[in-house]
Amino acid sequence: MSLTLFQIFNSLTFAALLFLVASGFTLIFGLMRIVNLAHGAMYLVGGYIAYVVTTYSGSFLFGIVAAALGVALLGLVEQSLLRFVKGAELRQVLLTLGLSLMLNDAVLVLFGGDTFSVPLPDVLRGPFEFFGMSYPRFRLFVLGVGILVYIFLVILMTRTRLGALIRAGVDDAETVEAMGINIRKVFVITFMLGMALAGLAGALGGAFLSLYPTADAEILVFSLAVVIIGGRGSLPGAAVGSLTVAFLSTFGQVWFPELAYFVIFGPMALLLAFRPNGLFGRAN
Amino acid sequence: MKLFPKPLWTVIVILLLVAVPVLLSSYYTSLVTLTLIYALLAMSIDILAGFAGRTPLCHGAIFGGATYAVMFYVTTAGGNPWLGVALGIATALALSLVFALLAVRTSGVYFLLLTLALGMIVWGVCQRWTSITGGENGLRGNVRPEALADPVRFYFFVLVISLTAAMLMWRFVRSPMGLALKGIRESETRMRSLGYNTTQHLILGFLFSGLMAGVSGVLYAFFNSFVSPSTVALAQSVKGLLMVIVGGVGTLFGGVVGAAVIVLLENVASSFTERWSMVLGALFVLTMIFAPEGIVGKARALLQKRGTD
Repeated sequence: MSLTLFQIFNSLTFAALLFLVASGFTLIFGLMRIVNLAHGAMYLVGGYIAYVVTTYSGSFLFGIVAAALGVALLGLVEQSLLRFVKGAELRQVLLTLGLSLMLNDAVLVLFGGDTFSVPLPDVLRGPFEFFGMSYPRFRLFVLGVGILVYIFLVILMTRTRLGALIRAGVDDAETVEAMGINIRKVFVITFMLGMALAGLAGALGGAFLSLYPTADAEILVFSLAVVIIGGRGSLPGAAVGSLTVAFLSTFGQVWFPELAYFVIFGPMALLLAFRPNGLFGRAN
Repeated sequence: MKLFPKPLWTVIVILLLVAVPVLLSSYYTSLVTLTLIYALLAMSIDILAGFAGRTPLCHGAIFGGATYAVMFYVTTAGGNPWLGVALGIATALALSLVFALLAVRTSGVYFLLLTLALGMIVWGVCQRWTSITGGENGLRGNVRPEALADPVRFYFFVLVISLTAAMLMWRFVRSPMGLALKGIRESETRMRSLGYNTTQHLILGFLFSGLMAGVSGVLYAFFNSFVSPSTVALAQSVKGLLMVIVGGVGTLFGGVVGAAVIVLLENVASSFTERWSMVLGALFVLTMIFAPEGIVGKARALLQKRGTD
């Protein structure tokens, strides 16, 4: 298998993981105008939950489900804290920032500075052979999950009542409320959905990139870049943003190993100069 | 030309600061030195957050960028510390210019987000570019010039620099430039229609703020003799911003009080627990919920309430 093709697959699978993190982030940002800076920490917590549950139960599936549920519940706690600062954007952001510091420190206490990796079942281990190529199975699995989640979210947003309510809430929350709909419930569901996605991503990322104390900050920067590139609240934007960031950082690592982080900065800068709202974002 | 507000209070504060090495032990003198350095950082953040109405989360990166430049130039490259100072300030200015050009078109949460992402890129580079930055291990070595080796002398050096810088910042926010920034905070469109080049004003304001953060970063290199990615990490920007919020956003000198509170708290907390980051986070959450106007503002409001009852 040629090296470039291998890197392309690496980019695609990394993009799938990024999409899982960033889609939740962008949903919450789009609907509730909340920049959840604790998203990266939630991802990390999800990863550790998956690690513990998978290790003790022996089932990776249990690990994933526990991570998604556990982080969704944590999201509920965060949401109730955020209610104290309702309507004040900056205060909300700073509150989530404080929360992320606390969560990060909490996992440092519990797990220390060592690197952990969520154990994988045999089915997902080892290489997968196709068209004369071999590629790690688990990475392909993540790619599959990413595509499925994308399809699920698109159907949810465009074909269901909940999706219609979410979209209506993005445009004008007050009017939706005036029509007799409990928008707060929609908010809570969206928030928990976004958090569950972060937990799921943490479980997969914990096997993919491994877990260590600064992993939350790294994933947060990537998802910020994705949302800045893709535009707030847009699923296609999150998908395109994830692909852009993943390709840039994967090939950046090959070409300039030490400055890979820097490479995502270029297009972000260019984009901001011409489209400050991102590719798919709309002006307020 | 007034150099400082409230001359009487200023004189009292300056006299107290001058007496610090006599009154306090060398340990507390070094804490006050650190407070002065952080007060500069906090005030530089307040210029943007309080006066231009743009809350930045990249000042840790500008501050730490300057620290890295000094440490690298003096320890790894073996250069002269005073030249290192110039290099550190140049680094801070260069970073601020890039950040400013990218970020000033945005405002509110977007500005915060963008500066956060930019600052974290600097952190990522410092973490990974091991040949220059030493990676996780950072750079270590005494970079303080020979003339400042004595801690008391160093204290006075920091005091003079920070008083001068504080005065400059106070003059800045009261200058036509600073007033224009305030105007932009209130309504950017109105300022633009009045004929002000708001982008240019914001860039200049950002550069000045970055310059001050750079000065404080250089002093920090002299103080700490060590730099690692945690110096440029988000937590550093968060700490600076918390100092501003504790002292009161838009009060400029509130940042000094905020810096004193946080430095002292960090010190006390560190002697009880290693969980400073947890304390910092909790402090942030609690301040946001209960006292968004800052602890100084909250105390003042409570006192006034008691007075009228």
